[in-house]
Amino acid sequence: MARTILHVDLNNFYASVECLYRPELRELPVAVTGDAAARHGIILAKNNLAKGCGVKTGEAIWQARQKCPGLVCLPADFRRYLRFSRLARAVYEDYTDQVEAFGIDEAWLDVTGSARLFGDGTAIADAIRRRLREEVGITASVGVSFNKVFAKLGSDMRKPDATTVITADNFRELVWPLPAGELLYVGRSTRSKLANRAVYTIGDLAGREVKALRLLLGVWGETLWHFANGLDDSPVRRSGEEGFIRSVGNSTTTPRDLLSEEDVKLIVFVLAESVAARLRRHGLKCRTVAVSVRDAELFSFERQGKLAAPSCVSADIAARAMELFREHYGWDKPIRSVGVRGAELVTAGSLTQLDMFAADAAGREALERTVDDLRRRFGPYSVRRCALLQDRALTGFNPKDDHVIHPISFFR
Amino acid sequence: MGKTFVKVTAEHDEGGRVRPLAVTWTDGRRYEVDRVTDVRQAPSLKGGGLGVRYTCRIRGKEVYLFCDEGKWFVER
Repeated sequence: MARTILHVDLNNFYASVECLYRPELRELPVAVTGDAAARHGIILAKNNLAKGCGVKTGEAIWQARQKCPGLVCLPADFRRYLRFSRLARAVYEDYTDQVEAFGIDEAWLDVTGSARLFGDGTAIADAIRRRLREEVGITASVGVSFNKVFAKLGSDMRKPDATTVITADNFRELVWPLPAGELLYVGRSTRSKLANRAVYTIGDLAGREVKALRLLLGVWGETLWHFANGLDDSPVRRSGEEGFIRSVGNSTTTPRDLLSEEDVKLIVFVLAESVAARLRRHGLKCRTVAVSVRDAELFSFERQGKLAAPSCVSADIAARAMELFREHYGWDKPIRSVGVRGAELVTAGSLTQLDMFAADAAGREALERTVDDLRRRFGPYSVRRCALLQDRALTGFNPKDDHVIHPISFFR
Repeated sequence: MGKTFVKVTAEHDEGGRVRPLAVTWTDGRRYEVDRVTDVRQAPSLKGGGLGVRYTCRIRGKEVYLFCDEGKWFVER
């Protein structure tokens, strides 16, 4: 049976929320930016007036100001955006329990089973748009289709505040003329590979031999071919159903360049604590630790190595990350950004080989769980490593809770 | 265009419902809320913000009173 899938995309989400709170800015070009003092000074979102001046998400504030001299730059308030995201989700959940968030401002809804209650996909899409406008004060574009990929394409077609329907009968006219880059998971490098083979539109992609695409792009080629032909059958996950986690990681761009191993160690400790706490919360341990480094000239790499035994203790993770770092970084340039990731996850309860001579892992784990508890009750900064107090400007961030915005993959 | 935060006297019943009884303006003048005709979540397009919107009759005039995460305001 054909499904009815909606993809709801909240228009210019951060900027819309800010403009809702500051009506005097509605007629001005507005951008929401990261914290320039902490060197996160890029455009995170912009309203339509700023978009009209050519301001792009991801570019530096000064670049945007050159294109649009009157640009009003506002600092991001993630707490407020999360509140609006929850309110929007509450609206979706009045229509179906199959709501799968894709980042903070997008979601897929499977309303196949709700059609007899609320009307067809278009009716539900229009109702959701009206309610978002009237109850939450923001507008949304909705794509209605028979699979997730086309629903997402539909929501991108007309903005703001519009419903686009892509059916099995009309997708060839609507979708196939679009450039291949519009398709989910066709990024810059895939696009250029495809362009080399004269595949410019989604229709070109759909018309190719699967075998040829497989040769060119590997398994991805096959997946994309299915996407282009409307054969995507991935389900919309139910509310609360968490996807399968492959790795847990955190990274940060530091407020100043890191100049010494001491600096790196502080950051690695903060990140490792967050990674370890998140592993514990999900009842997981990691067998591999990866560390990623980006230097001041934006060259970056990642290296990974195994742990002696699976662990969810921050000291183990941090120690391994530092070993990897020492092995692989030559200090040609100062460092701009560092990330720590735990991969090859196993459930914490699974059987593991014990080490006769190692320190008591259970005791250290209990200690860290106690710290988790204290932090939950008294705040993230209530208990901290003494070393981190050496440079509070550098270590005063909380990767675990500060922002959890795009932790998501389509193929969880 | 704009909003004014005000002091509100309200009744909270056992079911968690809130009914504003009186609004105290910034200069200290107090206005009884004669009737609440509508309660819904809505954005304040004139004042800016989002919250529970109480449509109140105060001295024969219809006034939108908003509660945005515990802070009350009226549109100007």
